[in-house]
Amino acid sequence: MTPYVAILSGRFRTLLQYRAAAFAGAGTQLFWGLIRMMIFDAFYRSSAAPQPISLSQTITYIWLGQAMLGILPWNVDPDVRGMIRTGSVAYELLRPLDLYALWYSRAVAQRTAPTLLRSIPIFIVAGTFFGLRAPASLFALAAWILTTAGAILLSAAISSLLTISLLWTVSGEGVTRLVPGLVIALSGMIVPIQLFPEWSQPLVRALPFAQVVDTPFRAYLGTLGRSETASAIVVQLAWTGVLVLFGRWLVARAARRLVVQGG
Amino acid sequence: MVVETAPDSLRLYFRYAAVQLRAQMQYPASFWMMTVSFFLGMALEFAGIVILFHRFGTLRGWTLPEIAMLYSIMGIGIALAEGIGRGFDTFPALIKSGDFDRLLLRPRSTVLQVLGTDMQLMRAGRLLQALVILAWAVRVLPIEWTLPKCALLLLAMMGATCVFGGLFVLQATFCFWTIEGLEIWNAVTYGGNETAQYPLTVYRPWFRRFFTWVVPLACANYLPLGAILGRPDPLGAPPAVQWCAPLVGILFLLACLRVWRLGVRHYTSTGS
Amino acid sequence: MPQIVVEELRKTFRVAERQAGAWGAVRGLVQRRQREVRALDGVSFALDAGEMVGYIGPNGAGKSTTVKVLSGILVPDSGRCEVMGRTPWQDRVAHVSGIGVVFGQRTQLWWDLPVIESFDLLRDIYRVPGSDYLRARDELVDLLNLAPLLDTPVRQLSLGQRMRCDLAASLLHSPSILFLDEPTIGLDAVSKLAVRGFVKTLNRQRGVTVILTTHDMDDIEALCSRVIVIGEGRILSDGTLEALRGRVSRERRLTIDLVDECEEVEDADASVIRREGPRVWLRYDPARVSTADLIARVTSRHAVRDLFVENPPIEEIIAELYGGREG
Repeated sequence: MTPYVAILSGRFRTLLQYRAAAFAGAGTQLFWGLIRMMIFDAFYRSSAAPQPISLSQTITYIWLGQAMLGILPWNVDPDVRGMIRTGSVAYELLRPLDLYALWYSRAVAQRTAPTLLRSIPIFIVAGTFFGLRAPASLFALAAWILTTAGAILLSAAISSLLTISLLWTVSGEGVTRLVPGLVIALSGMIVPIQLFPEWSQPLVRALPFAQVVDTPFRAYLGTLGRSETASAIVVQLAWTGVLVLFGRWLVARAARRLVVQGG
Repeated sequence: MVVETAPDSLRLYFRYAAVQLRAQMQYPASFWMMTVSFFLGMALEFAGIVILFHRFGTLRGWTLPEIAMLYSIMGIGIALAEGIGRGFDTFPALIKSGDFDRLLLRPRSTVLQVLGTDMQLMRAGRLLQALVILAWAVRVLPIEWTLPKCALLLLAMMGATCVFGGLFVLQATFCFWTIEGLEIWNAVTYGGNETAQYPLTVYRPWFRRFFTWVVPLACANYLPLGAILGRPDPLGAPPAVQWCAPLVGILFLLACLRVWRLGVRHYTSTGS
Repeated sequence: MPQIVVEELRKTFRVAERQAGAWGAVRGLVQRRQREVRALDGVSFALDAGEMVGYIGPNGAGKSTTVKVLSGILVPDSGRCEVMGRTPWQDRVAHVSGIGVVFGQRTQLWWDLPVIESFDLLRDIYRVPGSDYLRARDELVDLLNLAPLLDTPVRQLSLGQRMRCDLAASLLHSPSILFLDEPTIGLDAVSKLAVRGFVKTLNRQRGVTVILTTHDMDDIEALCSRVIVIGEGRILSDGTLEALRGRVSRERRLTIDLVDECEEVEDADASVIRREGPRVWLRYDPARVSTADLIARVTSRHAVRDLFVENPPIEEIIAELYGGREG
């Protein structure tokens, strides 16, 4: 277990070094958040009908989205992609180490470190000036932290799958373009899922993507009760387990194919 | 001695384009997959807007088809600018590898050569999606299409392409001074795209002013669209301005090209 | 009227210094420490049309800076520069139409295209008239043996093949001046000979002025009658190769292969530089003892299987020249 923890922390520390980029990134995020805020504000003012969540809740939701953007599995591991492109991944596949665990550890670091850097300034600025509210209660805070941890594990599983898909080159490139967009759209990042048409909400919530964004945000807003929080965490871990097993199976398959075909 | 004439440059540009086309079509499967994924990606983005309209009905008096028109003009503009101006997008790599020196050693304009280094046809996916939405909006909206209005629409698309193109050029010019901090440009370009998909009246005053005077995206879609839809501008712009606004986009591009030339001058005096 | 004139060229670069450690990085955000590098510190020389000049010096001496100024892509801080009557950086397009540049490390050809298509594209870029292009192209293909390579994508060529294609590419528009920057670096022996043979022909038969920047002294010996040595931004020597040798040292090297490896070799007028198995390198001054006398002495005292006489390697000459400046 320890070598993978070491890999995780090493990668984490490397990513933490990109401080300048993080600051620039935070600025970009604030810009986007402002745009979204004004748009939603205008939408809410255009209709007198009651909505499932209030404007201030939506605004908090949006800012959480900007702060936590790094958690979404929108990019593959750049080093691994380079390895696959040059073909040196063949050596990795044939080695007697647990390649999936290696990539998964890196993915977890990839989802955590950049987010940590960017979210702090966003929380500070948006919290002070732009209406990012504090968690609804102490329980909401705890629930948010737990579900965010689950979200990170799940997201790492998804991005590991994306990285693995690159082993099948042609389809891989297309998948890595398309899936992140799909994931982001269906996770609630663009439009909070509560605002989706009523009939679609259970369908969207059944997918794993909503577990990465919507679930933790709802916890933060305090709209998840105790039992709901517990079941949400179970769902997160269940999806994570499924995707991890699928990912491991794919890696084994790729290794076998390599031995048969010779790269 | 040797003068760069327009037909001359165009001929070279089409030569470059043919080369790129052939190179990209060598991998047809990958090409089609990318095109489709761009199309679907953009479709998802528009789906988000549809969902919001489904829930809220209108946006400050603007209906979904009207927003769709704003959206598609921006979409066409950015797709064309991305597709044609890809060379400027990948410019940081060109500078880093030192290959820009080679461009300076050839007796042609640097802009032409940079454009020739890369062209992305798969952006056609995004272009197609924007056209589809435009077609739908035109069909649904009760607009009286006169010749001047059609011309204005085309001019608006051209204006949008020019503004985004100018932004890509500026982004690349930045590289002559530093390779850091490029993310800010993405915020302005793609953030601007998102902003201009909605009517300008939605935003705070300073935001409006930025996207009208500094990065004139509003001039390329909000203002001319007001004229086409017959909506007087609540912010007080007279109809004449609404009709001429896209030209500002073209002027913007010319200004950006001027800055590019300054950048090249800086590069040659400080070395790599 | 010289074709290329360079007078008191000066160019200073400001290089940002990275500060070490985390605290240094933070400080680096606020204040940039800068180092001044004097790449050119008053460089002057003149070349006539048709000359072939070797331009040598240690790394960082200012060779590539000079070439960049001469080719018009770098503006000097001060000084005069005229190539074919023009100031290179002021008249970029016109100037660049008349020169060719080959970089040893980077190709100017399009990576994924067959060689012949790169050539055609260059014809359009340089606006070479059709008939002139065909003539130039066919001649170059012939001289450099490129016929079997024309349909191969550049990425599939070996280094030697690529260099030959790059040479041809740089001459399709029939420039009067050719800049070669490390053209034989990394090449195998056969390719090096081919490149040198070609450049020699180019210069002797076509009268193309050639400026050759290189670290390979065999290139210089094979091609250049005139050698300019640059060090720390200043010209250290400008003249023939013999003159250069003469300036620095008159000594010569005698290398002998002994029959008996362990024999001690001693002579009053020669000193041993190095031994490797049966081979012994000796250094001597031909003014003190004639080569014939020394050879006679050595062969009478020792059983010698083979011997040869040569000049000291140029690197040593340069180093001495350069070191002598500092002394």
